[in-house]
Amino acid sequence: MNLTLRIWRQQGPDTPGEMTIYQVSGISEDMSFLEMLDTLNEELILRGERPVAFDHDCREGICGACGMVINGQAHGPERTTTCQLHMRHFKDGDTIDVEPWRAGAFPVVRDLVVDRSALDRIIGSGGYITAPTGSAPEAHATAVPKEAADLAFEHAECIGCGACVAACPNGSAMLFTAAKVVHLNVLPQGAPERASRVRNMVGAMDAEGFGGCTNTGECATACPKGIPLTGIARLNREFLRS
Amino acid sequence: MSAHDTTSGKAPMSYLDYTVGTPVADTRAPAGPIEQRWDQRRFEAKLVNPANRRKHTVIVVGTGLAGGAAGATLAEQGYHVVQFCFQDSPRRAHSIAAQGGINAAKNYRNDGDSIRRLFYDTVKGGDFRARESNVHRLAQVSVEIIDQCVAQGVPFAREYGGLLDTRSFGGVQVSRTFYARGQTGQQLLLGAYQALSRQIAAGNVELHARTEMLDLIVIDGRARGIVARDLVTGEIRTHLADAVVLATGGYGNVFYLSTNAKNSNATAIWRAHRRGAYFANPCFTQIHPTCIPRSGDHQSKLTLMSESLRNDGRIWVPKAKGDTRPPAQIPEDERDYYLERIYPAFGNLVPRDIASRAAKVVCDEGRGVGPGGQGVYLDFADAIARLGRAAVEAKYGNLFEMYERITAEDPYTVPMRIYPAIHYTMGGLWVDYDLQTTVPGLFAIGEANFSDHGANRLGASALMQGLADGYFVLPPTLNDYLGRTPLEPVPGDHPQLAEVEAEVTDRLNLILAVDGDRTPDSFHRELGELLWDNCGMARDEAGLRHALARIPELREEFWRRIKVPGTGAELNQALEKANRLVDYFELAELMCLDALHRAESCGGHFRTESATPEGEAARRDEEFTYAAAWEFSGTGDAPVLHKEELVFEHVHPTQRSYA
Repeated sequence: MNLTLRIWRQQGPDTPGEMTIYQVSGISEDMSFLEMLDTLNEELILRGERPVAFDHDCREGICGACGMVINGQAHGPERTTTCQLHMRHFKDGDTIDVEPWRAGAFPVVRDLVVDRSALDRIIGSGGYITAPTGSAPEAHATAVPKEAADLAFEHAECIGCGACVAACPNGSAMLFTAAKVVHLNVLPQGAPERASRVRNMVGAMDAEGFGGCTNTGECATACPKGIPLTGIARLNREFLRS
Repeated sequence: MSAHDTTSGKAPMSYLDYTVGTPVADTRAPAGPIEQRWDQRRFEAKLVNPANRRKHTVIVVGTGLAGGAAGATLAEQGYHVVQFCFQDSPRRAHSIAAQGGINAAKNYRNDGDSIRRLFYDTVKGGDFRARESNVHRLAQVSVEIIDQCVAQGVPFAREYGGLLDTRSFGGVQVSRTFYARGQTGQQLLLGAYQALSRQIAAGNVELHARTEMLDLIVIDGRARGIVARDLVTGEIRTHLADAVVLATGGYGNVFYLSTNAKNSNATAIWRAHRRGAYFANPCFTQIHPTCIPRSGDHQSKLTLMSESLRNDGRIWVPKAKGDTRPPAQIPEDERDYYLERIYPAFGNLVPRDIASRAAKVVCDEGRGVGPGGQGVYLDFADAIARLGRAAVEAKYGNLFEMYERITAEDPYTVPMRIYPAIHYTMGGLWVDYDLQTTVPGLFAIGEANFSDHGANRLGASALMQGLADGYFVLPPTLNDYLGRTPLEPVPGDHPQLAEVEAEVTDRLNLILAVDGDRTPDSFHRELGELLWDNCGMARDEAGLRHALARIPELREEFWRRIKVPGTGAELNQALEKANRLVDYFELAELMCLDALHRAESCGGHFRTESATPEGEAARRDEEFTYAAAWEFSGTGDAPVLHKEELVFEHVHPTQRSYA
């Protein structure tokens, strides 16, 4: 298929960017969206032009590196990561808009690459269980009810891609923060730090300049891993009881 | 090809005329009963006073399971850790993509498992090309890993009673694999990442994300730092330390198409090799039997379907050649469940190397399915009939979803199509029992080293080894090195620093200056195809010689025709790729030479000239019971082979049989 791409090009964080139009042809419907961009970049290199910069790594939907706003939607029309979006979801002749995550806390590095290190700092503020290597009791010393283990897992699936932030009209990181708080707070191993964890992580989230939550729900709709919106309610409950 | 004795005085003629140097020995493993060696080594190790640890800086490159675990643990112990990853966050290291599980000899199932059995399975699974003392230690430490991860909040699968669930993996008849649905690597890595994040926030770890190691600083024979490039600004800078730990993963991406992440690369270990670290068993690469077949020339990487699927999926092809009927129309008696037929004892759970080769054999016979006949069926119809769709979904739901997303086929109703792909590299930097390379002060952990898997790694053992090295093995041995070694501070104006920085910068500038007419990916694809065809699932002398002749031509062409727009002083992803390729050319050459010199078949290394009458790998123990540790002697120059003889006191080498 042949496509028209309108891609956000921006040299650096302090330079203005703009949508630039490119034509690509011979795109197979079995290509992933990133393979389609690879095709464009191969052509740009041969023309001596700067290829489009974008983050990507595992291309299996698990590392969380890739992410772009495609036709106004974080990760595009399917509920998946950009690397797992395939061109069969587009039609020959389509015009596709491609933009970076847009959020106050995610400054653009170049083109479609943004700085998401604020998410790492939220984790560093409390998104862990203090268990120095070697100090662990026998794994079966504490049984964990299956329901708690499954609930923890459901929230631990977050890949930290930042789509929730990009999709939120407020640029809020509530779903991201909730995912880690719920994962660790429902486990018996996480209980000792339960209160300080939620307070510190919410504090870090605010300090990084993420917006507040207005229960819009775009975050959970965009989340490629299906982190449930109820996680935010659980986060609020944890915060209130802390 | 001929091997010269270094004492003969013959000058090497070409790359193939490698010389045989002095043997290497794993001198650090204590003698005595194998069960007590690790205790003994830890007891003999020198300690560093906790108050003195903060005076020591340790560089850790990589933040996967091995690097993340090591960085967190060393920082907890009080060392000043400076850690690097090329990704934007340490959480994205490719360990995250491991699906199936992690082995541990807990024997929670009471099914006859033990440390001894995990040790035995691993040595046998590695086709008797691994070092017994290391493997035994790995099996011992495995039980502590599960304890550690549970304490960190890793949400392993559990039974209704709240205790941990396990499953079986290939090459093994006990159920010792702990898992978190199909995302075990993700959950284990996030556990290590969270522990590391805590240390970053506490100021004990200085993290440099989006920063790539491009060279090693060796001063007075010891590793004292690295030269790294800030991938955003392009700045090239030296970072100094008292020891350097490489946790940079494997080199499977030399094949271009592999299950590795796109940016996983061999540059850190290869540059260390060029600075004196021996590279062991480079031809030991693992081809994973269950990957999604490629769909076309645009393919940028291959996606693995977890080996755990072989617990419930049945592998088959049509009995007749060229049978193009849809799978549902092929009656039961016209199907060949070839693994169950040839290996009745292990069936679909034979080790990876055997399952991969069997798939190649049936496809080469013309019985493969799907586009180009490069695929076999992995069928869940029986499992769904037996367990119900819901139970299959609970176990493998995310894998089925991923398969459908990529292929647009529903594996609940149509059998999956799978084909082998490069997945893991058993070879890597040679390390002694302490995980130290031949450059003192330079350690290699996880997939970056060669240590524990011999010629074939068993499923769910990579996660085990990465975490064993990072959490439990490296910290005491590094302690010993730092406690024992008097280290003077390196002056910032030491001439060696400017020299290495200049070399790194010059190489980037040379690449940029060519301004040719071929992209980095076009060269990488060509190199990858050459390797896959000649140094892939089956290897022979003619093919390897062809590849060895072709690689230098390709390298020469690279330096005439490579095209990279932009400059080195900016985010330049094409430059990153081209720079990694320069190392891949040299590594590919060594892989082929290693494969050529090892004229036996073992594990993942299958030389068609060395097979049993049934077509299985035939080892030649009397000639090749050694690890091949190669010393670099210059680009295109013949390397020196140092042999580490392997001694098997506990697991007697036999022809592996899974029938």
